[in-house]
Amino acid sequence: MIGQLTKNERQNALAILIAMAVGGLVMTIGGRNSLLGVHGGLVLMIAVVGIFAMTATLKLPDPAEDRLNAYYDDPTKVGIIISMVWAVAGLFVGDWIAWLLVFPDLTFDAAWASFGRLRPVHTSGVIFGFGGNALIATSFYVVQRTCRARLPDQVTPWFVLFGYNLFCVIAATGYLMGVTQSKEYAEPEWYADLWLVVVWVVYFLLYLRTLSRRKEPHIYVANWYYMAFILVVAVLHIVNNLAVPVSFGSEKAYSAFSGVQDAMTQWWYGHNAVAFFLTAGFLGMLYYYLPVRAGRPIYSYRMSIISFWGITFFYMWAGSHHLHYTALPQWVQTLGMTFSVMLLVPSWASAGNALMTLNGAWDKVRDDATLRFMFVAAVFYGLSTFEGSFMAIRAVNSLSHYTDWTVGHVHAGALGWVAMITFGAIYASVPWLWKQDRMYSAKLVEVHFWLAVAGTLIYVFAMWNSGIIQGLMWRTYNDSGTLAYSFIESLVAMRPYYIARAIGGLLFLLGALVGCYNIWMTIRMAPRESAKADRPEPGAAGAPVLQPGE
Amino acid sequence: MFGLHYRLERKAIGLVLAIIGVSSIGGLVEIAPLFTIHQTVEDAPNMRVYTPLEVAGRNIYIREGCYACHSQMIRTLRDEVERYGPYSLAVESKYDHPMLWGSKRTGPDIARLGGKYSDAWHVAHLINPRDVVKESIMPGYPWLARTSLASEDLGLHLKALRRVGVPYTDEMIEHASNDAYGQSAPDSSAAEGVTKRYGEATNVRAFDGNAGRLTEMDALVAYLQILGRLTDAATKPVASAEK
Repeated sequence: MIGQLTKNERQNALAILIAMAVGGLVMTIGGRNSLLGVHGGLVLMIAVVGIFAMTATLKLPDPAEDRLNAYYDDPTKVGIIISMVWAVAGLFVGDWIAWLLVFPDLTFDAAWASFGRLRPVHTSGVIFGFGGNALIATSFYVVQRTCRARLPDQVTPWFVLFGYNLFCVIAATGYLMGVTQSKEYAEPEWYADLWLVVVWVVYFLLYLRTLSRRKEPHIYVANWYYMAFILVVAVLHIVNNLAVPVSFGSEKAYSAFSGVQDAMTQWWYGHNAVAFFLTAGFLGMLYYYLPVRAGRPIYSYRMSIISFWGITFFYMWAGSHHLHYTALPQWVQTLGMTFSVMLLVPSWASAGNALMTLNGAWDKVRDDATLRFMFVAAVFYGLSTFEGSFMAIRAVNSLSHYTDWTVGHVHAGALGWVAMITFGAIYASVPWLWKQDRMYSAKLVEVHFWLAVAGTLIYVFAMWNSGIIQGLMWRTYNDSGTLAYSFIESLVAMRPYYIARAIGGLLFLLGALVGCYNIWMTIRMAPRESAKADRPEPGAAGAPVLQPGE
Repeated sequence: MFGLHYRLERKAIGLVLAIIGVSSIGGLVEIAPLFTIHQTVEDAPNMRVYTPLEVAGRNIYIREGCYACHSQMIRTLRDEVERYGPYSLAVESKYDHPMLWGSKRTGPDIARLGGKYSDAWHVAHLINPRDVVKESIMPGYPWLARTSLASEDLGLHLKALRRVGVPYTDEMIEHASNDAYGQSAPDSSAAEGVTKRYGEATNVRAFDGNAGRLTEMDALVAYLQILGRLTDAATKPVASAEK
């Protein structure tokens, strides 16, 4: 793979690695009395290994010029593999902590093994590790094909992919050591946050550079979503993570905001991390892979436009529905509730557009588990956005907030929508990328599909039950006008549902393991000749291929 | 409108600017006024800041991820007020960088935990929750009692907090490490400075039951015992409404 890089690119990569080693050294020395130093050592170690690997290849000759006649897919291949590794790790930790709620003494008397430290490893592992890598990998794949242009160079995509994973590793190892700023889904501390900003700006520029090389006059709708994902996540990340470090030698920083302003900023971030990381990015994935796999054009161009701008505008108002009945001023709560309900329109426009696209291809949905993953994803997207708008209504939220219902809702979206569309996209991409006609085993894709569906349903039903029971027990009064249940009674009532949830999660994890095996065996199958059609357009602008007619 | 879009989607920079513009409006309208509208945060002139030991305890609370299962925000609902106490006011987390309102109650809300149980109960509960609450599913934190508190750089912590708006004085910053020790060693010479700087009502006790050594348990219990007690604004009858 390094052989594909030109001499110049290898020298650039080496320069970046040396800069990284210097950065790691500075962190190690500056933070020698704190956990920052441990992360500095980690960065230094990775950089040194990279330098050795790169130096060994400096003498290799330049690759053949004809590489420019093909799309640059190596980063996508690696990204998909890394994404599956994170999926297994993140799902495993998630299921482990689900069992911790059933058997709380499984912590080995060790700080790192307690629920509070492992929980962000799970959330970051699946959202940023699994989801983020899948988004980066597929965005490289999709932007090249929809623009009919090769990525502009061969170093930047690797910088984005590995730089992003360095962030993920620093985040996850940090949580185990107790490095966290406690903001949900934004737990990494200031130095990891700063590093992510660098990676993200490079990612954005890479995307723009590829778009500017496009041979299609129009930018395809999938790219609008990938671009919104990159841009808005950058804004959210920077604003929510503004903080003042204790010193430049300390891992600890104090958030710039406090109290009610901090809560609003955090949930403006938190909800829109869902919107632009877990929705916009994956809608980009859906808009490419679903029509291609189904062999049908997107049903409606106008619905695409309405839902895109609706999501981009409405979502950013909705965060305050996480703070109903709190010390947040009521006018902000009301705005959040109103926009959350309106959000249903663009959300269902997207889901409907996806499902209508399948018209004429329902036989494929029946026969092809890969397409069925995408179909179920669109269904769960529709269901969980409906549930989300419903739960944002203040009266409903008074029951659902603080309970497992929220957890169930999140997992309906995360397992049913995000993970399903990702698995669909990965099963579609892997044979294309490794030049195969099909996956190693269609049966195993089928097995994975049913494990994933069963796991999701068990999980979500368990959490609906526990959440609603919990919420009702907390507010039930007896005849004498006092609260009927103590808190601990509501906790005891949760136990059967916590067991069911952990079993559902286990099924989902097993499905992902089956997927890993299948992907591995596909990669090991003998490759066939590369497809002639799948290459960048060398000449002038052609007619838009995937662009819906207008 | 669709014709306009047909042209817009041919321009990458145009799309980028449109996305930034359209997505910025919600945040600007909902967040910016929270900093400028005075009524957003109530006045509480008698509110005190966290002591260095409580700051250290709060950082342990954050480090262990306690916020994942415990909220610190009592909503304005009858059952919550009857279960947990007066509903939380914005001013009560004015010095919380970051806020720890939480989003999930796997365990109960603890916004008004301070003073509800004895120090000994907290120590026993943190070492093994099932020793005091048989059905609890909270993890044990026995190592807190074994680990000495790193208190040398607490002055820097207070300084950073002052930079983001918490009114610590030079004197508080200068004596931070000493005050952390003094707050858990009531018979030492350092104890006096704590009440002088943070008020007579400050808890000065050997929180973990051992005055000789400053542990992480001291810090965490000191923090838990001050929850909901930095100001009495939430329990006072509203006087201004009468006038």
